[in-house]
Amino acid sequence: MFDGLDALLLARIQFAFTVSFHFIFPAFSIGLASYLAVLEGLWLKTGKPLYLDLFKYWLKIFAIAFAMGVVSGIVMSYQFGTNWSVFSDVAGPVIGPLMAYEVLTAFFLEAGFLGVMLFGMERVGKKLHFAATLMVAVGTTISAFWILSVNSWMHTPVGYEMGANGQFLPGPSWWTIVFNPSFPYRLVHTVLAAFITTAFVVGGVGAFHLIKDRTNAHARKMFSMAMWMAALVVPVQIVAGDMHGLNTLEHQPQKVMAMEGHYESHPDGAPLYLFGIPNDEEQRLDYAVGIPKLSSLILKHDLDAPLAGLDTIPDDEQPPVAIVFWSFRIMIGMGFAMLGVGLWSLLARWRGKLYDWSWLHRAALVMAPSGFVAVLAGWITTEVGRQPYVIYNLLRTEDAASPLAAPAVGASLVAFVVVYFFVFGAGVWYILHLMRKAPHAGEYGVKRGDKGPIRTAGITPGLTQDPSDGTTKDLSGSKQEPEERP
Amino acid sequence: MTMDLTTIWAFIIAFAVFAYVVMDGFDLGIGILFPTFEVGPERDRAMNSIAPVWDGNETWLVLGGGGLFAAFPLAYAVILPATYPLIIAMLLGLVFRGVAFEYRWRDPSHRKLWDVAFTGGSLVAAMAQGMTLGALLQGIEVVDRAYAGSWWDWLTPYTLLTGLGTVAGYALLGATWLVWKLDGESQHHARKLGKRAAWATFVLMGAVSLYNVFLNADYAERWLSAPEIYYAAPVPILTGLIALALLRALSVERHSKPFWLSLALFFFGMAGLGVTIWPYVIPPDVTIWDAAAPERSQIFMLIGVAITMPLIIAYTAWAYYVFRGKVGHEGYH
Repeated sequence: MFDGLDALLLARIQFAFTVSFHFIFPAFSIGLASYLAVLEGLWLKTGKPLYLDLFKYWLKIFAIAFAMGVVSGIVMSYQFGTNWSVFSDVAGPVIGPLMAYEVLTAFFLEAGFLGVMLFGMERVGKKLHFAATLMVAVGTTISAFWILSVNSWMHTPVGYEMGANGQFLPGPSWWTIVFNPSFPYRLVHTVLAAFITTAFVVGGVGAFHLIKDRTNAHARKMFSMAMWMAALVVPVQIVAGDMHGLNTLEHQPQKVMAMEGHYESHPDGAPLYLFGIPNDEEQRLDYAVGIPKLSSLILKHDLDAPLAGLDTIPDDEQPPVAIVFWSFRIMIGMGFAMLGVGLWSLLARWRGKLYDWSWLHRAALVMAPSGFVAVLAGWITTEVGRQPYVIYNLLRTEDAASPLAAPAVGASLVAFVVVYFFVFGAGVWYILHLMRKAPHAGEYGVKRGDKGPIRTAGITPGLTQDPSDGTTKDLSGSKQEPEERP
Repeated sequence: MTMDLTTIWAFIIAFAVFAYVVMDGFDLGIGILFPTFEVGPERDRAMNSIAPVWDGNETWLVLGGGGLFAAFPLAYAVILPATYPLIIAMLLGLVFRGVAFEYRWRDPSHRKLWDVAFTGGSLVAAMAQGMTLGALLQGIEVVDRAYAGSWWDWLTPYTLLTGLGTVAGYALLGATWLVWKLDGESQHHARKLGKRAAWATFVLMGAVSLYNVFLNADYAERWLSAPEIYYAAPVPILTGLIALALLRALSVERHSKPFWLSLALFFFGMAGLGVTIWPYVIPPDVTIWDAAAPERSQIFMLIGVAITMPLIIAYTAWAYYVFRGKVGHEGYH
């Protein structure tokens, strides 16, 4: 059934599908791990049980998101070889070691301490447990460091030598490879995006429960914390994104041309197109609506600065403009909508109405998934914008694939689609189910074996409460199990 | 054999693969044996005995794959397309297995479904891993740095045999792990399963070994001619002694001993495979030196391994220590 389709196209669709699905989970769990560390740290510092409740509330959600991230991530670590074997062979000597470092310094750290973080509070005590939580949070960030270094090298490859066998070989300095020109910008932009994504999820859940009961102290706290993140970090992200864009202009000009919809060169000031229909065949932007000279101002800080267009790039070296053009606008639109929510919350806070303005809560609820939309749109912009290359200007995507026939790739693609929608659909449903429950005092943690005979006889569940946390003692117990189903 | 960087890296990858095989082996083995445990507390306890450690165990698979990519990129780029359907099946099996750990607690009304996913995922992953090993041992055709065989090369009686052997071996690891971590009636049940899995493992391991010797003249020469036979002979002899000790440990009321003996059995099984395949990373043509990354990559990574591996082993051991002892009826509470 796939004979009519191109094996290369199928492999590209499969990679795009699996990596997009995968990235949803780290985008959330990088931020959530740090948020959990902050909550547990605040609990240890202040002794307020509210922080422990919030910690346990989000820990259950983290456990599911993390599991989905792990299993979808293992798929990625093998897919380079299964579907992009030429890329793996020629780029392996340079990027392979960076990925090995990711495993050694990040994956083991996360996985090694995750068990203690989820189930071990009673066994190791508070301080050691907090250390485990920190290790998991640090591990997620180190993971971002390495994988973004790899990805950035594919955009701005430096520090390599060509081997006689066609392989890219590392040059004398690994520092040059790891800290390649686009890496610092991409790292900051992506990690901030993960924090913001998590903030909007937390804010959305808080808002949801405030809409139902604006006196809920737990919902108030999480909403307030999330709105601080939105108000403070989104502006920083916009600046970081702008700097990343300027870096891209320097190193990958045709990506920026596609983002801007600049088919034609503008010798004296390029317009910022707000809308238009990219037309690759005619090489022009149809129905363009733009603000004159603004693009030059943003990209060159000069109204009259000349900007080259795609007319300077051979047709077979241009990225698909429409995808890049639109995904970029979706990301920017989300960014400014998030900024709006952040500013709105500042106003509400200043007026003392943060927990009272129900329209703000509704907006925050609607915006809960905005981070996911923005990060996926951003990744599509940068990855599609690198086309037709997989290693920019050096290795074309079409030359990088495995020698597989279309039916084999097509079958695996179908299998991934079916399994991912089923498995991760269920996981997201479970997460939403947990989010729907109002956070409350005496929140239970991640629990196992709740149907065990001893538990029902009155043994206190461990993570569900800490012995020192007297205020929640009488509230936890099997009565409040989340396991009952609607 | 000189101890150059490439040889060191071959041993590091072999160590990662061994660590994965035994550590995730008992996780997958428990998945394979899961349907034989009673629904309710018995299953919950079997699951709880690995819930805090499975994720760390699975990470060794990423090190094996990532390490192969980094240290032997050509091998990574040839073996994975050659065994494409097996790798995809393994990955999807691991998806089901991994999420089942969380989902079965979150959704009691569909717990049966996720228990089936746990078993099915474990079984598929184990079978696919064993068949991948078989596909590698029987040889992969390489032309111009790329896989040049046909679609179904990975599916032969031999690969089915190695697949089944792996399933049986994992079941043995899982059963003996449970002998260690459970008590009472459940432990008794695990011991019974352990004996059956041990016999299945011996038979299949023996069959694979005989097949290896007859499959390939090179392999036969490595095992049967002098002076190689003097280095190689202790491997099957020690394996046999361990097998006897294991059966005995399963008959008397030992707790952790059967598990350690199963590990030793795997160790010598893998050592035997090492003797068989050496010095090729992709038999019959590509040696580890042909596929090795350049020295700069090897040294850079070796520094990382030297620094992080002791730490990884230390905190992994600590995590196991935290959850030591028999699994309580109430789980980790």
